[in-house]
Amino acid sequence: MLARRIIPCLDVRDGKVVKGVKFRNHEIIGDIVPLAEKYAEMGADELVFYDITASSDSRVVDKAWVSRIAEQIDIPFCVAGGIKTIEDARIILEMGADKISINSPALANPQLITDLNQRFGQQCVVVGIDSFYNKETNQYEVYQFTGDEKRTQKTSWTTFDWIKKVQEKGAGEIVLNCMNQDGVRQGYDIDQLKLAREVCNVPLIASGGAGAIEHFTDVFKIADVDGALAASVFHKAVIAMDELKQTLINEKVEIRPC
Amino acid sequence: MDVVIIDTSCANLSSLKFGVERLGYKVAVTDNAEQIKNADKVFLPGVGAAGAAMRIIKEKGIPEIVQGLQQPVLGICLGMQLMTEHSAEGNVDCLGLIPGTVKPIKAEGLRLPHMGWNTLTEIKDSPLFEGINQQDYFYFVHSLCVAPSEYTLATCDYGQTFSASIHHKNFYGVQFHPERSGKSGARVIQNFLEMKQ
Repeated sequence: MLARRIIPCLDVRDGKVVKGVKFRNHEIIGDIVPLAEKYAEMGADELVFYDITASSDSRVVDKAWVSRIAEQIDIPFCVAGGIKTIEDARIILEMGADKISINSPALANPQLITDLNQRFGQQCVVVGIDSFYNKETNQYEVYQFTGDEKRTQKTSWTTFDWIKKVQEKGAGEIVLNCMNQDGVRQGYDIDQLKLAREVCNVPLIASGGAGAIEHFTDVFKIADVDGALAASVFHKAVIAMDELKQTLINEKVEIRPC
Repeated sequence: MDVVIIDTSCANLSSLKFGVERLGYKVAVTDNAEQIKNADKVFLPGVGAAGAAMRIIKEKGIPEIVQGLQQPVLGICLGMQLMTEHSAEGNVDCLGLIPGTVKPIKAEGLRLPHMGWNTLTEIKDSPLFEGINQQDYFYFVHSLCVAPSEYTLATCDYGQTFSASIHHKNFYGVQFHPERSGKSGARVIQNFLEMKQ
């Protein structure tokens, strides 16, 4: 049976892995390649590297590290951040990334999703969505440029409309970052992810809020997501991969053992 | 031993190259006919859409080269699909190396693409799957598949049962990505490289 995926996320800034709380106050966690290798060996099913500065400051980021990761690890990985054109994507995929993820550039130009799909195939086009629950309007709202708090801004899209739109445009997978939960380890936003699942027919990856093993159990069992992404619980060794996977297996979640 | 990856101008060339190199083999990525013909082992990689991929490899004259090969050839993912006779993706004739056709996965109610780690449901006795069993996971990413037939070496289930691997004469294909399937994938690549002519 197809296994649910556990996906450590490594936020990259200036060639180092960093982690912030609620997308802010980034601290350096370590070098990219050794961390990537460590996670692959521990039993991660996939890795995501977010170059968090890239989209916000509109520069071409040095992606030489992509090739170094591809050399070393034997599990799939996705690169996000700063991919605005077919050419940007081509370079990263040629360096050995399996997928590319776009976020702000897809909001600026939804046609980019279709162009990437037609050139490289649906399987490598991931769309990341930063979604914020607005208590006042009781709406889930899509944000862009979340890598830089000075430029972070709300878009006119509601989250579920945008999820439908990116699928129409040819996305192969959706990563839903629930911003209210990010980095605070209170659990995934199950309510939001359940609603997202109802409108999402491509693989859906939960992001934001993992703090304990039961959060993973809940997000797979209740929200029926295909993968769960997490950063700080792995970087800070709050959760051990083998214990997490064994617990999920015991809970009858389909998981690739470590 | 001369190992060659045919340069199909597709995106996963370097991950496959690195995957072979991690096992300690030297490997050349090339579209040179002589170099491909003289290799001991040949990989035919592919990702993306069948129609576009066939167009690209035709421009390079690759179909004639591959069709004439006698040594073991391993097609990966779309590379495997291109080894069959026809793909519904772009309604395109393929290389005709292994009987069969490529059709959309009948994934009633399941999400597509079939993306992630899955196990093999049946594994025939073959040097390619030496040491591999039904507990081993492989990384799949695809929306189309080849139905099981007498040419199937291994099957996988996702909505329907389909060929995870096919074989005819010196031509082998795997639907999953062995270069991205951890230790079990590395074993399949190693099996292929150690396979007798």
